[in-house]
Amino acid sequence: MTSPNSFRNQPDERGHFGDYGGRYVAETLMPLILDLEREYRKAQADPAFQAEFDDLLEHYVGRPSPLYFAERLTEALGGAQVWFKRDELNHTGAHKINNCIGQILLAIRMGKTRIIAETGAGQHGVATATVCARFGLPCVIYMGAEDVKRQSPNVFRMKLLGAEVIPVTSGGATLKDAMNEGLRDWVANVHDTFYIIGTAAGPHPYPEMVRDFQSVIGKEAREQMLARTGRLPDMLVAAIGGGSNALGLFHPFLDDPSVKMLGVEAAGHGLDGDEHAASLLGGFPGVLHGNKTYLLQDEDGQITEGHSISAGLDYPGIGPEHAWLKESGRVEYTAVTDNEALEGFQLLCRTEGIIPALEPSHAIAAVAKIAKTMDDDQIILANLCGRGDKDIFTVAEKLGVEM
Amino acid sequence: MTRLSNAFSKPHPAFVAFITAGDGDTAANLDALVAGGADVIELGMPFTDPMADGPAIQAANLRSLDAGTTTADVLKLATDFRARHPDTPLVLMGYANPMVRRGPEWFADSAHAAGVDGIICVDIPPEEDEALGPALRAKGIAPIRLATPTTDAARLPAVIEGSQGFLYYVSVAGITGKQQAAIDSIEANVTRIKQSTDLPVAVGFGVRTPEQAAEIAKVADGVVVGSAFIDLVEEFGSEAPAKLQELTSAMVAAMRAARA
Repeated sequence: MTSPNSFRNQPDERGHFGDYGGRYVAETLMPLILDLEREYRKAQADPAFQAEFDDLLEHYVGRPSPLYFAERLTEALGGAQVWFKRDELNHTGAHKINNCIGQILLAIRMGKTRIIAETGAGQHGVATATVCARFGLPCVIYMGAEDVKRQSPNVFRMKLLGAEVIPVTSGGATLKDAMNEGLRDWVANVHDTFYIIGTAAGPHPYPEMVRDFQSVIGKEAREQMLARTGRLPDMLVAAIGGGSNALGLFHPFLDDPSVKMLGVEAAGHGLDGDEHAASLLGGFPGVLHGNKTYLLQDEDGQITEGHSISAGLDYPGIGPEHAWLKESGRVEYTAVTDNEALEGFQLLCRTEGIIPALEPSHAIAAVAKIAKTMDDDQIILANLCGRGDKDIFTVAEKLGVEM
Repeated sequence: MTRLSNAFSKPHPAFVAFITAGDGDTAANLDALVAGGADVIELGMPFTDPMADGPAIQAANLRSLDAGTTTADVLKLATDFRARHPDTPLVLMGYANPMVRRGPEWFADSAHAAGVDGIICVDIPPEEDEALGPALRAKGIAPIRLATPTTDAARLPAVIEGSQGFLYYVSVAGITGKQQAAIDSIEANVTRIKQSTDLPVAVGFGVRTPEQAAEIAKVADGVVVGSAFIDLVEEFGSEAPAKLQELTSAMVAAMRAARA
C-alpha cells in the first residue's frame, strides 16, 4: 500500500476505511443509518451542538483530564519517560462517557425518545445509563448473562441510574450476543429508539462518530504535551478491544510522522491457542455487526468466542479504522497476556498509587516492555482509559486472595 | 425461463418454505416441503450471530452448528436436493460472513455447482452490493433483496436495482417469527413496490398459519413461512417430515383457495 497524504481523512463517503467499515446491516436499518449520518453531518456543522458537547464535557464529565508524568514508574522501568492521559478520572471512571455525551445529544436532536445500548464489562452500560438519567430518557441495556454474573457491581450501578438491564442468554452470553440483541431491539423499534454503540465499530457512521467524540482525548493530550514539554511524544500506547480509546488518543496525532503508535490487544492465555481476544493479530477479515473488519472466526466464517481477563476487551471484532491503520502500517499492534496485564496492574498500583482498570493494564504491560528499549529523553504517552475499582474482585481471584 | 421465474409464473401464488440446514434430518424435511407443494425452497445457512432472526431461528442456527454443520455440508445438502428435485428452485438464505469467508467468487462458484438458484443475504444492503452481488450475477445466481416497511420511496429504486428472482418484502420492522403486520399495511406496501418493478414480490416475517398465508396470497405473488416450520422441526425431530408436509399442504390449499 502506498502511503496516503493524510491518515486523518478516512472514511470515504460510503463509510469505508480502505477495504474496511461500510454499512452491512439489514434493510430495515438502512434508512435509519442514512438518516443518522445526515443528522450527524448537520450536528458537526452546528456550533451550538459542539458548544453543548464541550460544556457537558467540562462541567459534567470533568474535562480536560490531566496529563500526568509517572515519575516513579519511569524510574522503575529505566528508559523512556512514561506519561499518562488520565481519562480514568472522568465521571463514571472511564473514557466511555465522552462518546455517550455526544451520542445522546444527537439522539435528542433527532427526536428519539428511547435509548438502548450493549455492554460487556458494564462501563459503557454505566456511562449510557448515566447520560440517560441526566437527560431523562428511558434506557435499556443488553448485557450477556455471563457478564451480568461477572460484573454485578456495574449491573447494580446501572439499575441505580434507572436503566433496565436485560441479561442475554443466547450464544455465549457475552458482549457479541448483547450486541446481537441490541440490533434486534433496534430493528423492531426504529421509529423511536436510538442505539448508543459503545465503541468505534458497527455500521457507518458509528466508527467515525465514536472516534470523533473520543478524539477529545488526543486533542487535549497533544496541546497539554506541547504546553508542558514543548514537544510531541515519541510513542503513543493504548489498549484495544473495539478500539475507541486508542482511536481517541491516536487520531489527532496520525499526521505527526515523528509520533509512533502502538495498539495493544488482549492475548488472553496466549496467541498460540484459541483463548485470546486479539482480532487483528489472531483473526481474519470478515463481516459482523454492520462492518467489515478483522474478526475471530473459523474457516467457515463462524464467529468464535474471544477470551480476556478484561471483560471490556473480550470481543471477537475490532473497529474498522484499526484494520485500515494496521494495513497502512501507520499504527503497530501487539498483544499482552492476562498474566502480563495483571503484572502491569500491580506495577501501577505500587509505583504511582493509581489502580487502573484491566483494559489499560494491557497498555501498561506493553509500556513496561518497550520503555526500557528507549532512551531517557524519549516520551511514551499511554492512555489510562479506566479505573480499576470494577476489577478488584477479578484481580483478587486471580491473585488467590479471598475478600 | 429460470426455475425461479417458473415458480412465480404458475396460476397460483408461490409458497416459499424455509428451514435451517443441518437442524434435524434436513434432506427428509426438504422432501416433505416439496411433497406438500412448496414452490420455492429457502434453505438457511447456519451462522453463530443471526442478528435479524427471532428466538426460533436463532436456536435452529445454534442446534445446527452444535451438530457440526459446515459450509461444505450446506452445499452438499443443496447438491443432493438438486439431484432429487431438478425443477424446484432452491434459495440459500444467510448472513454475509459465511458467504464471503473464502471470497465471493468461491461462494458463487460453489453455489452454482450445487444448483442453487438465488441467494438472500440479510446484511448486504444495496450499498455494499460489491461484496457479493457481482460474483452472483456473473454465475447466473439471483441476488434476492429484502424490502421492508422502512424502505421508503427514495430508497426503493436502489433496492430493486440489481435484484433478481423475486423481491422479499419483510412485512414487519423487526425480527423473524414475531407479530404479523396488518394485512392492509402489507397490501399497501406490496402495491407500492409492484408499481416500481416487474419482479414478483413475496411476503414473509410473522406468517404462521394457513389463514394468514391466504390473506397475504390475495395481495402478493408469494408467501414465505419459516419459524412455524422450524418449531415443528424442533418439536417433532425425526417425525417432523409428516408434520412439515401437512402444514405445507394446508398453507398451499388455503392460498390457492384465496386466489380462486
